[in-house]
Amino acid sequence: MVTRDLVIIGGGSAGMAAAVAAYDNGVKDILILERSEFLGGILNQCIHNGFGLQEFKEELTGPEFLTRFVKQVQERGIEYKLNSYVYEITEKKVVRYVSEADGAVEIQAKAIIMAAGCYERNAGAIGIPGDRPAGVITAGQAQLYLNEYGYMVGKRVFILGSGDIGLIMARRMTLEGAKVLGVAEIMPYSNGLNRNIVQCLKDYDIPLYLSHTVSKTIGKSKLEAIELSEVDENLRVIPGTAKRFEVDTLLLSIGLIPNNNLLDKIGVKQSPTRGSSVNQAMETSLDGVFSCGNVLHVHDLVDYVVDEAKTAGVSAARYLRGELNRGNKHILTQAGQGISYVVPAVIDVESAAEKVQFKFRVRRPSKEVYIVYSMDGVPFKKTYKPAIIPSEMEIASLPLSSFPKQEGCITISLEPKEAK
Amino acid sequence: MTMASQELTCIICPRGCHLTVDENLNVTGNFCPRGAAYARQELTNPTRTITSTVRCDSKVLNVCPVKTKEAVAKGKIFDVMKEINAAYIHIPVHIGDVIVANIADSGTDLVSTREILE
Repeated sequence: MVTRDLVIIGGGSAGMAAAVAAYDNGVKDILILERSEFLGGILNQCIHNGFGLQEFKEELTGPEFLTRFVKQVQERGIEYKLNSYVYEITEKKVVRYVSEADGAVEIQAKAIIMAAGCYERNAGAIGIPGDRPAGVITAGQAQLYLNEYGYMVGKRVFILGSGDIGLIMARRMTLEGAKVLGVAEIMPYSNGLNRNIVQCLKDYDIPLYLSHTVSKTIGKSKLEAIELSEVDENLRVIPGTAKRFEVDTLLLSIGLIPNNNLLDKIGVKQSPTRGSSVNQAMETSLDGVFSCGNVLHVHDLVDYVVDEAKTAGVSAARYLRGELNRGNKHILTQAGQGISYVVPAVIDVESAAEKVQFKFRVRRPSKEVYIVYSMDGVPFKKTYKPAIIPSEMEIASLPLSSFPKQEGCITISLEPKEAK
Repeated sequence: MTMASQELTCIICPRGCHLTVDENLNVTGNFCPRGAAYARQELTNPTRTITSTVRCDSKVLNVCPVKTKEAVAKGKIFDVMKEINAAYIHIPVHIGDVIVANIADSGTDLVSTREILE
């Protein structure tokens, strides 16, 4: 069995950025394994712009952004294999993949970076009552068909979920001549950026139905109609509120889930994000196995994915040099009131740098609140936020020296500004 | 009063201020000057960058992603789309290659955003 220093699962933005960072930090024996026929991951189908404002100070489309990293990978001569599907990773860091070119291959990796991205929650997971015709498809799948294969999945469209993928596809389908009859959002607020509400819905007079859901799909072999119903404060369908829409396509934009099965099934500790639990070096509970990008937690800015991947790449380099030893002193992190998750799950005090980066999201849109950092129940830092929304990940860098103790549990929570 | 005031939501930051603009382009409801500038632009000359795809003769991809190099007047979106749909790309094509110059007389070019070599 061949041994490689660093094997990276996934050749998207996270995988490529991690590879480049590892290379620039001394790791020369790297192999990127990518299951599709291109490097670049999901950005291949994200033909809209808005990428790279932080990383390159330019507003790029997905393909332009990914090409910058492909060039960086190629300039360094980093090896990558396309059409190569990793189906197993063992606790001993053996990586098994299949490809038409190589057959079934086993590699002993000294270090692994998991950068396999995320997948879309689909119709099966929410079980919409009614028929099971063709024409119900996730927004990302429709985006792939349209933007890489040139196929329109339908002409009269309804969209469930007001996250950015749904909004972007509302605009995209409209530009290509489809009639988008509406977007339903089960919550009383939209999950997407204001910019997308304006430029994808308002621009094209596409109605947004807040506190609504699709309560029925109707059609024999092909979708003929959907029913849209209002929901109550417990998100339950209110009987008698159903409205019928004649459509041939229902696009689902109902959530993204880390594609972390390879590590989950060998017992690597999980995080509430449904990715792995990592420390500040992006190392999982398995020595020498790192995780970054959407497989760790779903990001909204690819620039942050790249930043996180660079950390993972640098950590892998340190690990391979024997410099990344887990110490005995740990600080756990916890999502408190109003916060849905915190990354990293644990801070390894001995290997941590001067500053620790916390990444988290709030549970609901909030105005005039404090983000409160507490250690074992005692607040030690407060940051005021005039406005904060779940769809924009917060990143805060705190000096290790500012923690009251170097052991214990840090809780991040949200508190309203006190009324005077 | 010759014209009713207009309302819009600012997109510059997550506050999403609800802005009101009168017929003299005075903006209220904005938390900061960026919002006022955005509102005035939106009401006098709203522009959008258009991203789409153009058919091509590549062996691996049926379509090539493109964009208008600069933002175009909002009213021209579907004129631009008409010309995008009529265009065709013979590969190889590189990022930045002009596919349609001064598309739909918008003042800006349609350029490729992907490199396709085969």
